[in-house]
Amino acid sequence: MALKTEPLVEQLELLGCIQCGKCTGGCPVARKTTLNMRGLIYEMLVEPKFNEGKHPELWDCTCCFTCVERCPKDVRPAELIIGLRGELVEGGRLPETIGAALMGVFRQGNPTGMAREDRAAWVDGDRSGRLAVKAAQDGCDVLFYVGCSPAYDVRAQKVTRALARALQAAGVDFGTLGIDESCCGNEVRRMGEIGLFEMLVEENSELFRDVGASRMVTVSPHCFNTFKNEYGLDGIEVLHYTQLVADLIEQGRLKLSHKVEKTVTYHDPCFLGKQNHIFDEPREILKAIPGLKLVEMDRSRERSLCCEGGGGRMWAEGTNLEERLAFQRVQEAAETGAEVLAVACPFCLLTLEDAVKVQGLDEQLQVLDVMELVDLALDDGGEGE
Amino acid sequence: MEAEPRIGVYICHCGVNISATVDVEQVAEFAATLPGVVVARDYLYMCSDPGQVLIQQDIEEHGLNRVVVASCSPRMHEPTFRGAAEEVGLNPYLVEMANIREQCSWVHADREQATGKAKALVASVVAKASRLEALEPREVGVTPGALVIGGGVAGVFAALDVADAGFPVYVVEKSDRLGGRALDLNRTFPTLEPVAELLRPSIERVQEHPQVTVLLNSQVTGVEGYVGNFDVTVAVGGAGGESESRQLSVGSIVVATGYDVFDAHRKPELGYGQYPNVITSLEMERWLHEGDLTVDGRTPKRVAFIQCVGSRDVQVGHPYCSRVCCMYTAKQSRLVRELLPKAAVTVFYMDVRTFGKGAEEFYDDARAKGVLYRRGNVSEIVRQGDRVLLLGEDTLQGRPFEFEADLVVLAVGMECRSDVGEVSTLLKLPRSADGFFLELHPKLRPVDTAVDGVFLAGCCQGPKDIPDTIAQAKAAASSALIPLIRGTVPAESATAVVDADLCAGCGMCVEVCPYGAPALDAVWGVSRINDVLCKGCGTCAVTCSAKAIRLQHFTAQQILAQVDALLCV
Repeated sequence: MALKTEPLVEQLELLGCIQCGKCTGGCPVARKTTLNMRGLIYEMLVEPKFNEGKHPELWDCTCCFTCVERCPKDVRPAELIIGLRGELVEGGRLPETIGAALMGVFRQGNPTGMAREDRAAWVDGDRSGRLAVKAAQDGCDVLFYVGCSPAYDVRAQKVTRALARALQAAGVDFGTLGIDESCCGNEVRRMGEIGLFEMLVEENSELFRDVGASRMVTVSPHCFNTFKNEYGLDGIEVLHYTQLVADLIEQGRLKLSHKVEKTVTYHDPCFLGKQNHIFDEPREILKAIPGLKLVEMDRSRERSLCCEGGGGRMWAEGTNLEERLAFQRVQEAAETGAEVLAVACPFCLLTLEDAVKVQGLDEQLQVLDVMELVDLALDDGGEGE
Repeated sequence: MEAEPRIGVYICHCGVNISATVDVEQVAEFAATLPGVVVARDYLYMCSDPGQVLIQQDIEEHGLNRVVVASCSPRMHEPTFRGAAEEVGLNPYLVEMANIREQCSWVHADREQATGKAKALVASVVAKASRLEALEPREVGVTPGALVIGGGVAGVFAALDVADAGFPVYVVEKSDRLGGRALDLNRTFPTLEPVAELLRPSIERVQEHPQVTVLLNSQVTGVEGYVGNFDVTVAVGGAGGESESRQLSVGSIVVATGYDVFDAHRKPELGYGQYPNVITSLEMERWLHEGDLTVDGRTPKRVAFIQCVGSRDVQVGHPYCSRVCCMYTAKQSRLVRELLPKAAVTVFYMDVRTFGKGAEEFYDDARAKGVLYRRGNVSEIVRQGDRVLLLGEDTLQGRPFEFEADLVVLAVGMECRSDVGEVSTLLKLPRSADGFFLELHPKLRPVDTAVDGVFLAGCCQGPKDIPDTIAQAKAAASSALIPLIRGTVPAESATAVVDADLCAGCGMCVEVCPYGAPALDAVWGVSRINDVLCKGCGTCAVTCSAKAIRLQHFTAQQILAQVDALLCV
């Protein structure tokens, strides 16, 4: 099977490419697999047909969008990956695990395929006894969009509860959609399932509008990214929690008084940093925690190294299992002498925590979400988990 | 009694620019039927010499006393056709244009409708033409002298030519020295001459020239007037930092305000400001000048140059090529090879642009001397011990590289000055999308601006090297000299006139005029318009509630006749 190159060349304006090589040169995955963004674009430009079936590395891309950030001509190379994956999905030629994840979203509203009615179970894990989460449908100032991993993954749930407790402590009037919430579709779109993505956009947008909140906050930068940049939610301000929490701290509504005497380095998640330029807020939060010492890795902010968890890669291994970017990343974190590698994304949390174990760094380096550190610093915090 | 109108109408094909969309023959046939029209023709290019001769012959043979040309915008060719009419004795104000190109053929696709619109436009202009009145061409005197804003290379060379022609020149320079940013450079390309020594004689000549007044630490703060007679206010800096205001009168102005260097901090992925190993090309000029290329006391073994930093990059809003970086990188890399013969010198590029005399030959020489050019621009720089690691793709090999370097030079480009907006507002100078000042025509009028009597020189108009800057400076000086040498400039004849019998002396015209032309007569209490100051904009005429002001060439009768004709077609 081969697809005609012309429609995608036109749609993605690939003729703008000057073959400078900054996309492939900056691509973290290109260093470990045969993925070559510039080469793919060139092939699209000079060949009438493109045999996408002969490019298993198309599933390697993490959609970190370093290529998009670096392109001097605004070509958006990663969108070509998404377009080509779309062709593969359409033709049913996709890795089995990706297919399962998409089916899970379609049937249960989450890529792990866990039961829809368990989506609000994360609240039950609270051991502080004070966490009260109301239904957004009853009206609220801030719609708390939980997201799939933060709702279902046992590890990520801790972050979700920490955020909920902090919002409660700051007196924020928030509510969640409970079991009515569905996947945001950010990863669905990046896995190439455009039809399912569009369906989710339509259904979710209607749900959000019915709630009527003027602001919404997400745990994951992935959900944040698609709501903010791809949904067109007019009248609803979409925030990542780091933005909201940094603001609550600055306003003095969230008081962090318990000392957390740890040396911490912060890993910028791609969907928060590179793609949405939120670099300062997470750092402001960490600096506001008494006793905490923030140290930086060499590769930070715009040069943060992708953890390899995006673009559907949580559900597909890619063509090079041995060398993982997360391994390199936790080594870089360890070199700073930090005891804690702080993240602000559930995918980064899971991939980096896994890497710390595999690399045998668990004695010296702990992976925590920024929210978990905030939780430790709250007046009545830390006791929940 | 005015003679009956005898109108000639000329429909231009403009090659196929008009005729592809408008049926020009049909428009000509239609025009022939309009009242007062004696002859109507269509022709391939009315503005060509034969086209103009056609009009002139008709004026003489048919005794035409009005001419209507239906072609492009009057901004383009009104002077052409007025000139042609004048040559055979027809008053230039009896020529009128209908714009059937910009306002018709270029913006419409449907041939039938476009032809209909062209007919309407022609009918309207013919109606006005039959009511046109002859006006006498006028001229006003010129203040002999020029102002040059900016004392860099462009300013220095523009000032010298104006001064050498025998006219006074004021050079207003913001900093405390002449020579501008060129003095931060070590050697020229491709000739490798020391820049400071090369420019010193010219700078000294400006300083000592009896016709030149150099005002350092000074800034232009106000510009009034028009071509031939500008009144300029300058804040002249004193020794103690205080400034005093000074008034200058000049006939023309050369803007030579220069450029800013791209701030490499805006490409954070390249680690500038973070690693001592990463410097800009401008810093490299200083290092080369001092002959010291050590980083933290170590002599570099691997030197990398990265091209196009802040140029050809929409991410930083600079889609343009800065035109000098390829050549100065060739120059610097070659000089580094000479200073550090043992070091590996690599240039990372996306395209090499070595236009200009001797430039490609210089690039050949740099490679022959061992500078390695590698295609693929660097995407990111990270730390590698005392060194840095360049991450990129060799696009010819088609695979990513990691390149260790002790010293990295970022070839930073040029951008418009951060204060370009203030100068633009001061002189009402338009800017192009890249932020630099906009020349009046990219090919035909490269140093002129939309403001008569104001000319551009050097990098304020766009990035350029020293030879191009000097060439443009001399061109701007030559253009600025035209009004000074002539001693007069043509003045608008289509001015506003007051009917004193109707004027109620309300003073509204005095208030609204942007040129200060009307004033109330102290004795009679009615408005008088100074026709030297009047630019014929018509603001007073439409404001006057007594309808006492009449704007010549755009009278109420003429305009109403145009409207009537439009509505009748």
